Amino acid sequence: MKTPKHPISEKEVSHLAELARLELSGKDVTEMRLHLNKILDYFKMIDEVDTEGISPTYHVFDLVNVLRDDTPHSPESKDLLENVPKKKGRYIKAPRMI
Amino acid sequence: MTARILDIPVWEVVKKIANQEISSEDYISETLERIQKIDPKINAYITVIKEASLDKALELDKQIRQGKTVGRLAGLPIAIKDSICVKNIKNTCGSRMLENFVAPYNATVADKIIREDGIIIGKTNLDEFAMGTSTEHSYFGATRNPWDSSKVPGGSSGGSAASIASFEAALALGSDTGGSIRSPASFCSVVGLKPTYGAVSRYGLVSYSNSLEQIGPIARDVRSTAILMDCINGHDIRDSTSKNTVPQRFADIFKNTVKNLKIGVPNEFFGEGVQKEVHKSIWNVIHKIEKLGFHYEKTTLPLVKYALPAYYIIAMSEASSNLARYDGLRYGFNVLKNNLNWNTTFSKNRRNGFGDEVRQRIMLGTYTLSAGYFDQYYLKAQKIRTLIKQDFDRAFKKFDILVVPSMPILPFALGEKLNDPLSLYMCDINTVPANLAGIPSISIPCGLSSGLPIGVQIMAPPFREDLLFKAGYLFEENVTIDKSVGEFTNV
Amino acid sequence: MSSESKKIKIGLEVHCQLTSLKTKLFCNSPSDYREKPPNTNICPVCIGTPGSLPVLNRNALNYATMVASSLNFEIMSHMIFFRKNYFYPDMSKNFQITQYDRAGGVPFAINGYILLNDGRKIRLGRMQLEEDPAKISYDGTIESSSETYVDYNRAGIALIEIVTEPDLESPSDAREFLNKLSSILEHLNVLDLGLEGSVRCDANISHRGGKRVEIKNISSFKEVERALNFEMTRQKSLASKGISVSQETRHWDDVRRITISLRLKEEEQDYRYFPETDLVPVTLSETFIEKINHDMPELPKEREIRFQQEYNHSSEIARVLVKDKYLADYSEKAAKESIAPREVGILLAVNLPPFLNEIGKDLKSLDVAPEHFAELADMISKGEVSRRSAKTIFLEMLKTGQKPRNIFDKKGLDVISDSKSIEDIVTKIFKDNPEAVKDAAKDTKAINFLLGKIMQETQGRVDPSIATKLVKQKLSVQ
Ligand SMILES: [Zn+2]
Repeated sequence: MKTPKHPISEKEVSHLAELARLELSGKDVTEMRLHLNKILDYFKMIDEVDTEGISPTYHVFDLVNVLRDDTPHSPESKDLLENVPKKKGRYIKAPRMI
Repeated sequence: MTARILDIPVWEVVKKIANQEISSEDYISETLERIQKIDPKINAYITVIKEASLDKALELDKQIRQGKTVGRLAGLPIAIKDSICVKNIKNTCGSRMLENFVAPYNATVADKIIREDGIIIGKTNLDEFAMGTSTEHSYFGATRNPWDSSKVPGGSSGGSAASIASFEAALALGSDTGGSIRSPASFCSVVGLKPTYGAVSRYGLVSYSNSLEQIGPIARDVRSTAILMDCINGHDIRDSTSKNTVPQRFADIFKNTVKNLKIGVPNEFFGEGVQKEVHKSIWNVIHKIEKLGFHYEKTTLPLVKYALPAYYIIAMSEASSNLARYDGLRYGFNVLKNNLNWNTTFSKNRRNGFGDEVRQRIMLGTYTLSAGYFDQYYLKAQKIRTLIKQDFDRAFKKFDILVVPSMPILPFALGEKLNDPLSLYMCDINTVPANLAGIPSISIPCGLSSGLPIGVQIMAPPFREDLLFKAGYLFEENVTIDKSVGEFTNV
Repeated sequence: MSSESKKIKIGLEVHCQLTSLKTKLFCNSPSDYREKPPNTNICPVCIGTPGSLPVLNRNALNYATMVASSLNFEIMSHMIFFRKNYFYPDMSKNFQITQYDRAGGVPFAINGYILLNDGRKIRLGRMQLEEDPAKISYDGTIESSSETYVDYNRAGIALIEIVTEPDLESPSDAREFLNKLSSILEHLNVLDLGLEGSVRCDANISHRGGKRVEIKNISSFKEVERALNFEMTRQKSLASKGISVSQETRHWDDVRRITISLRLKEEEQDYRYFPETDLVPVTLSETFIEKINHDMPELPKEREIRFQQEYNHSSEIARVLVKDKYLADYSEKAAKESIAPREVGILLAVNLPPFLNEIGKDLKSLDVAPEHFAELADMISKGEVSRRSAKTIFLEMLKTGQKPRNIFDKKGLDVISDSKSIEDIVTKIFKDNPEAVKDAAKDTKAINFLLGKIMQETQGRVDPSIATKLVKQKLSVQ
């Protein structure tokens, strides 16, 4: 097994935080690592189950082909823009890219 | 007019309003007064809608006087969990992230309630983004248990259940991803139904774990719960996962008493984590039912043992993706600082907009989906889900319903489990199996221990909510709960 | 094809909007987002408002099936959608709903192909259906702009992604491939290439077994050949200097027409693909696919054969005509109006392209009716105008949009057909060029000079064969 006791290192915690776009301070990382490892240790329990040949249940019931007609509705943009924190005219403002 | 009208069973109130024995205006006013008086102590609500509710009540009374037909929820004050969108009302999800977010549209269930002339009286508190079992993880403060305000109300729909238990609303909607309706229903001694996956439209419910959750009704008794379920279930073209059948009708099923019920009692739900008071109370009610001539049999669902870790892996994985959209651009918390690039801005917005528990679950979900771990966690959990579903399928070949405790423990003190997430997760041990299997499940009050509520959970095969209501009604009829011992549970 | 250029391997990743859909892929917002004020063509679903849910567009499924079928793909009978998780300001949910070929997923279709003119098979690895992101704009450039402006009007538009194997051997192969692909999509009526941003392409290219370079963000099919040519030259020149090409992603700057390095080491992106369970699985039965095939519009290959049979075009001409649906439709209109459809084909497939090339325009932007081509073809075939006059009329027609008959009348370009007039002209030329007549009498090759003079005199209005006959006659009697 590649991970005997504590699955995640602090480096990995920082990497995850980058992936998830969550700013973490050095102290946060240490704390977060402790919490995550406690829970991941608990998750290890599922290794006991033999799932050989079992297919996953992504959808709990067997609905298929739920489709809608290609009929346009008039857009409802007015209320949607009211929640936008930063606007320029009708544009939604985002920070600089680089 | 006296506050006693609040004490009349809601399924009767709706008739009395329609035949002018009670005016909706009085009922709404009493409810608003009640909210004003006790909610500062309970904190069930994040938003209370006063004027519009009274206006609507007056309008309905007028229509009723004029002999117009009104909807099936006419005049009733209905509380809605603050993760279900109601147009032009704030929808905070208990998060700083959405502190100022005003829903630009109605959830399908909100539309349905409005169409049936229900009066949406407010939006209720919850664990942030429905992640929790105690309603302590809200940016707007914890909700308190109306039976004992030093205790948690359960969660995450704690505000909805507390509003019902304390007579701050007639009916309420919650959402249940891993027990979030049944847990607070049990802790607050009210009835809470998690419908079959696909029975109620999720359109407008802010997603936590979209493959597991359902919106469901909460009320003080089974018949009133059925009235709300009657109005909200049914197919919705806006939710691809909603079952394409005619809506089920439940209001009339109580005319005939149930005769035959094959009851299964699965061992796995009575494990070492279940407190002995809970054990005692559940067996007590099972034996009472047995005396009425209903046979029960012990059974086993061996894979349920792995339901809790499987549930948390799936829920956190989905949550990490569902909550990715909160970056502060289109809505939500934004640091509004110039000169930071988008990456830093997103990270700051999300760091400051989300609370600890949400951040932690996003981190774990990011991990369980990431390259190299996907098979080991997410995929494996989904396979276990298959096995658990098969366990239930097998059980329902033999039994009509399964009876187990809703919560393994009694309501605990605020703050008690705040620093121990794992022990908080353990509270969901008996509720998550139904979410994994997609089956309907209801929690019914079944007793008190030292003045603290205990709930019994009934599970049925997919789309057999009728069995839950019938069985629930039977259980309810055979249990007496002394509401006078609660702090805010009698009017 | 030189052996060196065979050492080039090119693969393409093509994104095409299904522009004929009326709504977006997962919501009922209209698909005609172009030219609309920013953020007016949105709804809770496509802007990612909390609580909103996607529902699949039925026609998107039909169109994608049509595309897959016409590109010889094997269509999957059971598929689910996936979320591709990554943050970017143009993403309304910070995940894209797409398809995936692992973790129990399959693409929409696999193992398709397109045949090039010389019979080479370009393998298409997979095709999938996915949503387009929003559009970002800047003040100035991406580097200098202190803010970014996001417009979600485009977010959620249906895209198909088609990925080729690295079977293309030159930039011109890539052009031919893309021409064939776009003609098919246009014949299916699912794509209007004329709409800005309706197609986009990423390309990868490696030279002589060297490292693979990815070129991102090529914003039209026309640019692809250019970008590849630039990149091929750059890689060859590095190789000639003994510098090895590094594996990297480059950006095509279509203003400066160069590729720019984006990042040296392609960092492993972790997209955390997993099933989108807000959508249910899609199953496509054989009956459904048969029905789609049955109702399928005529494809370029079929049309090429029909053109040869119906309008007597040569196979070469027919192939050029169907390369572009607009041209094919146009030629068919003209051919139907003409008694000489074969001539129409020659005018449109042989004579027209050099002219368009020279003026840098396309057929659409010319103000010439198909009937004009038909009229000119008829005049040629009836022998009313000589080929040379026909060319004059043709160019005038293209420039001015006038009817060929009018140009003909105005310029007096009718063929001089009575032998008396021709004889007079020949006599005049003989008189004016006595030296040449002497030469021609000795050496038959010198006849051409006299013929040239006659043509000059008549502006090419005499039939060269009649003129030659008369000149030879006159020489023999001298
Ligand atoms: Zn939309």
